[in-house]
Amino acid sequence: MLSFIGRSIVQKTITLFFVSIVSFLIIHLAPGKPSQVDPLNPKFTPEVVERFQKEFHLDKPLYIQYIYFYHDLFTGKTVSWKDNQSVLKKIWERFLNSLPLFVVGTLITWTLSFPVGIRSAIFRGGIYDRSATFLSYLLISIPGFFFAYVLIIFVVTHFHVPVIGMETFGIGDAPATYLFMDRIWHLLLPSVLGATGGIAVLSRYVRSQMLEVEGQDYIRTARAKGLPPEQVHYKHALRNALLPFVTMFGLILPGLIGGSVIIESIFSWPGMGRMAYEAILARDYPIILTVNFVSAVLVLAGTFISDLLYLVVDPRIRL
Amino acid sequence: MDKKDFRKDFYIEPPLGPKRTRMQEFQRLFGQNRLAILGLLIFILFFCCAVTGLFLTSGSRPIFDPAMVRLQEKLRPPLSKANLDSLQPEEVPVLGIYLMGTDDLGRDVFARMLQGAWVSLTVGFVAVGISVLIGIFMGGIAGYFGQHYIRTDHFLFTLALILGTGLMIANFTFIGTVILLLCLAYIFYSLLARHGSTEKETPALKAMLHSNAVSVDTLIMRIVDIMLCFPSFFLILTVVALLPASIYNIMIVIGLTSWMGTTRFVRAEFLSLREQDFVAAAKALGLSTFRIIFRHIMPNAIAPVLVSATIGIASAILTEAGLSFLGFGVPPPHATWGNILSNGKNFIFDAPWLTFIPGIAILIVVLSFNLFGEGLRDILNPKLRERY
Repeated sequence: MLSFIGRSIVQKTITLFFVSIVSFLIIHLAPGKPSQVDPLNPKFTPEVVERFQKEFHLDKPLYIQYIYFYHDLFTGKTVSWKDNQSVLKKIWERFLNSLPLFVVGTLITWTLSFPVGIRSAIFRGGIYDRSATFLSYLLISIPGFFFAYVLIIFVVTHFHVPVIGMETFGIGDAPATYLFMDRIWHLLLPSVLGATGGIAVLSRYVRSQMLEVEGQDYIRTARAKGLPPEQVHYKHALRNALLPFVTMFGLILPGLIGGSVIIESIFSWPGMGRMAYEAILARDYPIILTVNFVSAVLVLAGTFISDLLYLVVDPRIRL
Repeated sequence: MDKKDFRKDFYIEPPLGPKRTRMQEFQRLFGQNRLAILGLLIFILFFCCAVTGLFLTSGSRPIFDPAMVRLQEKLRPPLSKANLDSLQPEEVPVLGIYLMGTDDLGRDVFARMLQGAWVSLTVGFVAVGISVLIGIFMGGIAGYFGQHYIRTDHFLFTLALILGTGLMIANFTFIGTVILLLCLAYIFYSLLARHGSTEKETPALKAMLHSNAVSVDTLIMRIVDIMLCFPSFFLILTVVALLPASIYNIMIVIGLTSWMGTTRFVRAEFLSLREQDFVAAAKALGLSTFRIIFRHIMPNAIAPVLVSATIGIASAILTEAGLSFLGFGVPPPHATWGNILSNGKNFIFDAPWLTFIPGIAILIVVLSFNLFGEGLRDILNPKLRERY
């Protein structure tokens, strides 16, 4: 167990090191310099460009820039090129904005997909199962931005509530209940959109897991003993089918920082994805690289946690 | 009991081969899967639309001109008649009506949709083609030659070569040249050493350089792990935003960031197929490695690749539409479904068709690929075949 933990930490550190190199190279070797973003701006005189390059070590060779950047990152001193604010502070603020979307989206995904998946596994091949299957294909295939506009049109014309942004602009001194409902309405659409793909995939996965367990011998034994169907389904089958899903708690971790770029920019939601999008447009390399690095850390941590959970949950696995 | 009856009683039927060939079995299972048939039909329809659309909308005087601006005819709803009084003779649409309406510049949405179909089709197929090629190549090497080791000096040499080239491209000519010259010197040194090596004992440094560094399998799978760490849509967005806008860049970038799944499938298949008897027989017959890989192992390993490629096309089309929607992607005036929708979003309440027509088109095409891919997965699943 301990050797497994040690080995995988070493392995993941090496992977992370290479990820940092590759992302750094991709950004810096791509054509176009950050100092040339706005060549028509009269304030961008050659002297300013030179000062800019000196300030951010852009005149140094690439490997020295690399060392400078990651040294700054680990000591928490990285600043955005755009507004000279600390990158980690900026990311933290945006992360707090994205967090409610992520939490509500995950809750919707997990609470909806389990009942749907289990029900379609129990009534396999029936009309419910077939329509749920088709619906999940539909949800996987629908482009998020199109679905977003369909939902916006529907909600705005039927409920007459504003949905763009985190809260209605200039709502200042409204009663508390009204403020609360306003936040709920603004939160609901983006999180439902964030959850659509997840619901479709997860409910299919629940269904196939349930089907696999329902075909086992001990389920037949349980039926033969004359147990009521509810007990067979929910006590014998479901508990064993749940095993792989415990590990999925680790795999949703990267979603924390992913923050959908498209959905956040449609809803003008000041979250992580939108910040990353703005950073890409402004060629704000420190932010792009930091977001990339943090999400790589989360992916690696997620796989690590899911491996560990598997070890804890499934006694058959020994390393 | 005479001899004949005796024979009849103890007659053992000879073992029967499968009654149907694999192709017939495939057709039977495919015929049962109605959703997969639907997917295939929609795909064929889409393919025909895209190809005819390419011919109808390109050329110097296209039949449907997607770039014709008629400012006096803007935001007309679908199926509305063209206002013949206000149009120049060459501006009149071919059918006399706007089948899918016009956008905010009075361009015919039907013509733009036809033009966009070809973009979606090529992006899907070329991107997936690139990713499948890389995936088969990497997965095949990892699966077939996985147990071979790379020597430390070869490993360092390749790293130095890549580093030198990278530095040359990034305008650090001096360091780059030095490293490349060092590589060249090493080639000469190793050639000389091979011919003129008369010493008995090898020096410690040379022994270290000739030791085994990593196995091919480990190396490739670590590369896959590294690639999987990147948030894929964000990475694609970054690279596309930094590169000059063109449709080829999008295809290449999507292809280069989505080969990891294929590599894993192909590697797993190769690992199990490599140990099978027919491969041993092929080796015993003295076939070349190339022939064993491509003629004997590959056809058996291709099924999961096909499935993941079909679903990959769906996700590539979605990614391209998302990029166009965000304003990266194919540069205007060329129409894609993503940027028709993106232009139309400012008019969702006045001109909902600008949102709904491209959105539903993307939905249907992506759905058809997903249905067909999932159907293919079921059909190729050997557990569902009839047993004899």
